[in-house]
Amino acid sequence: MAALINVPPKAKRGDIIEIRTLTSHIMETGFRHTADGRLVPRDIITSFTCRYNGAEIFRADLFPAIAANPYLSFFTVAKESGKFEFEWIGDNGYSSTASAPITVE
Amino acid sequence: MRFWRTIMVVTLVATAPVLLASEITPAARRSGYTFMGPDTRAMQDDDTSNPGMLFVLDGETLWGKKAGSAGKACADCHGDARSSMKGVAAHYPAFDKALARPVTLDQRINLCRANHQQATPLPYESRDLLALSAFVAHQSRGVAISAGDDPQLKPFVEQGRDLFMQREGQLNLACSNCHDDNFDKRLAGAPITQAQPTGYPLYRLEWQTLGSLERRLRSCMNGVRAQAYDYGAPELVALELYLMSRARGLPMETPAVRP
Amino acid sequence: MPTTRRQFLSLAGGITATGIVTLRPLRATPAMLNAAIRNVVGEAQIRTGKVKLDIPPLVENGNTVPMTVSVASPMTAEDYVKSIHVFNEKNPQPNIGNFYFNAFSGRAQVSTRIRLADTQKVVAIARLSDDTFWQVAADIVVTLAACTEEMN
Repeated sequence: MAALINVPPKAKRGDIIEIRTLTSHIMETGFRHTADGRLVPRDIITSFTCRYNGAEIFRADLFPAIAANPYLSFFTVAKESGKFEFEWIGDNGYSSTASAPITVE
Repeated sequence: MRFWRTIMVVTLVATAPVLLASEITPAARRSGYTFMGPDTRAMQDDDTSNPGMLFVLDGETLWGKKAGSAGKACADCHGDARSSMKGVAAHYPAFDKALARPVTLDQRINLCRANHQQATPLPYESRDLLALSAFVAHQSRGVAISAGDDPQLKPFVEQGRDLFMQREGQLNLACSNCHDDNFDKRLAGAPITQAQPTGYPLYRLEWQTLGSLERRLRSCMNGVRAQAYDYGAPELVALELYLMSRARGLPMETPAVRP
Repeated sequence: MPTTRRQFLSLAGGITATGIVTLRPLRATPAMLNAAIRNVVGEAQIRTGKVKLDIPPLVENGNTVPMTVSVASPMTAEDYVKSIHVFNEKNPQPNIGNFYFNAFSGRAQVSTRIRLADTQKVVAIARLSDDTFWQVAADIVVTLAACTEEMN
């Protein structure tokens, strides 16, 4: 599934940087019904984790109230060069990852 | 004297269609973007937070993927879409010589698949077709709309204009009743726009996904309690052609975000 | 019995609809909201302040509402925000999201897009590194889109 990541490619040590992520997922709430009354089962991303050179810097629990194609923007302090790894986990064994490099001087 | 009277009559007859319809003058044409609140505009402005861009990315992947029994990808004939497709979507729907009628961008993609890739057509409103048409139309972002200029399209533009002006449905409303005569007012709390299709296919918050102009037109028809034309129907193509020619001069915004 | 405009119009539109109809048979109640909050906070006292909820007071479409929640905090090892929990009052389910930070997060701020089923209150509760809880609530007006789409 496609993901759009916005991480500044370069930063100065100690800078607070913003990381923006957008991934495609229907986030089916589990509360909708078809016209013949059948419940459309829940199918959402339940958890998002961001790791910076292996260490977790941000985590989120997502519920059906998060809109489709979940967008998450958060901050961290630029410590060292390396990479950010993003992981989305959800219902029905859903799992998706992405990564972005950063150079910190 | 008679000469000048003839000139007057000819001029009046020639401009009558324009005078009779309360068409929005080029200077007053506004994209739906200008009717939205700042938060929705911000969603469209940033490519990394515009959900429509997810589909453009998928479309880019499909552009390079081989398809059909001919084993060809779009890129094999068209090369880099950034140059080959620039400006293309801005003059669609376009006249197709073989079919002797206008076709939409979606229909052109499927014609290419059938004729050149020997691949099955993608169903209307399918994720792949939307992704491809979003990718192609995105290459025209910023380009001024120039659809409908081809003289061969004239009868179809007229058909589209007639459809735009005719009342329909249980609510007995014509498109122009809202979108020519009452834009900037509100309907159930939401602003009525001029219905300029500058950003299709677009991410509609109501749909929580990308959708085509045809989907939006069918929604509108359901909204006035009319039986909506089927996807790909000549009436929808004519309407899209008229709408695009009515929007002439406005820059493309694909993929737009709308409430 | 439908009690909101959205539910009524959904039902009315449902006569001509085929496919998915967005009826909402369940509704969060104030009791569910309080239970969800107590689940996170336990018996601790919740103070008002420090947390800021940024949501447009009148949303263009309840399906996708931009939201930013932040806590004024120095974000140092001695004083930082551990987590922010966001709840709602009238969606079928009271939770919206839980967001976890640490001393190196730089800023205790997260932006996302949420769904709001009706005009309602949104509550954000932050847990600080000293395990105190702080909250803020915002009242959001959600109008019905002019042409809600039945599956066509």
